[in-house]
Amino acid sequence: MSNISRRKLITTGIAATAGLAGLAVASRIARRYGLIPPDSGGIYGPGETLTYAAQRLLTSHSLAREFPRDMISKVPFANETAPPSDAFKRHQATEFADWRLTVDGMVAHPTAFSLADLKALPVHNQITEVACEEGWSYVAEWIGTPLVNVLDAVGILPQARYVVYFSIEPDWWESIDMADALHPQTFLTLGMNDGDLPVKFGGPLRLRVPRQLGYKSVKYITHITATDSLKRFGKGLGSASPEAGYAWYAGI
Amino acid sequence: MRVTHWLTVIAFFALLITGAEIVISHPRFYWGETGNSGTTPLFKIPIPSSRDTVPSGYNYVMPDQNGWSRYLHFEAAWVLVLTGLVYIVASLFTAHFRNNLIPPRADRRWRAIRDVFARYLRRAPPREAESHSYNVVQRIAYLSVIFVLFPLVIWTGLALSPAFDSAVPAAVNLLGGRQSARTLHFFVSLLLVGFLGVHIAMIVLAGFWSRMRAMITGRVSPSERP
Repeated sequence: MSNISRRKLITTGIAATAGLAGLAVASRIARRYGLIPPDSGGIYGPGETLTYAAQRLLTSHSLAREFPRDMISKVPFANETAPPSDAFKRHQATEFADWRLTVDGMVAHPTAFSLADLKALPVHNQITEVACEEGWSYVAEWIGTPLVNVLDAVGILPQARYVVYFSIEPDWWESIDMADALHPQTFLTLGMNDGDLPVKFGGPLRLRVPRQLGYKSVKYITHITATDSLKRFGKGLGSASPEAGYAWYAGI
Repeated sequence: MRVTHWLTVIAFFALLITGAEIVISHPRFYWGETGNSGTTPLFKIPIPSSRDTVPSGYNYVMPDQNGWSRYLHFEAAWVLVLTGLVYIVASLFTAHFRNNLIPPRADRRWRAIRDVFARYLRRAPPREAESHSYNVVQRIAYLSVIFVLFPLVIWTGLALSPAFDSAVPAAVNLLGGRQSARTLHFFVSLLLVGFLGVHIAMIVLAGFWSRMRAMITGRVSPSERP
């Protein structure tokens, strides 16, 4: 083919070295500013990292779209869940009177909140869309207290970098970074469309993360923990989703 | 430049296959902001779904491939976008658009376009100039793919990101809502597949191996030289 001159070889070599050095510096800076997702390993890691880093730079404070009341879906669609566990059924029998949300980890005052405790915090509403990774969506009004109120109440420590949240149902847990945890639209949701949150939509307590796909909005929340590292949770990939082959960051 | 073509080929096939897998999890399309298994679709693709919550009319649930498909779809999208940027910048530096793609003034007439189609239909041998340069129809097709279809498929895809929409709400609102964006993303992808079909057919008609060699090595055989 073409003759490669010495000059071309040298310039290519310098360019490649500069490129590699640039990548190394970029990855250090990205790590420092929290732009690397926990599932950044493997063959899909570079794509995920680019998506997460680009979106964190672009969207850290942006608000999910809210809709007028007349756009609330007449037919919201509740995705199917596994049959409820016995633990859930016992709470259901007592109309969730003993439901507790335990908040612990990197907080000054670990606390267990009843549903009444949560309703005593400032309650807001938002009309936002649930978008499923499969492609379907609906708009509903969600009523609850922003997660940030609960994190303030327990005195979240400044070292905390992620909030991990668990369903009462086994192997159902997710985590979000502080940009989403402190975001005003991230709700501990107690109600939907002017009523209590129905069980099939996650009642009595669902964490709504409207800037991410529906699977980040875990149903039946009983436990929240603040942490500076996701390594010691599950397989260390950030949440149950990457363990099942789905991306940790679902803002896409 | 030829490297960007082949990187685009790899990314496009990855996007096509994974996109099809993602559609299988909900092969129903809607118009407007919302749509789900409880609402009336604009149209359905008559295939079984990979989810048993979708009323597909088939008593069969396909295997779920969404996890890796979504990971790969977005990674390939990055490859496509970054490759596209390199291509655009390199093309501006080498005046590729002006020299090879923007039709010369004399060809910017219906008559010139009609002539090309007439020659195609008669299966006339290509003019000598066509072995090292593009005719007006090729130029318009390539420019449409580069400056209309790819930007549209990227825009409609980005509009499906709830986080991107929070930063740039107009991206989805201008398209008429989330489900409209998804439906448009599907149709623009079909147009790209249509282009690919014609593109490959033309390569086969022009001599598959000689065109492949030209696009890989940048050389045409001596007999094809002007």
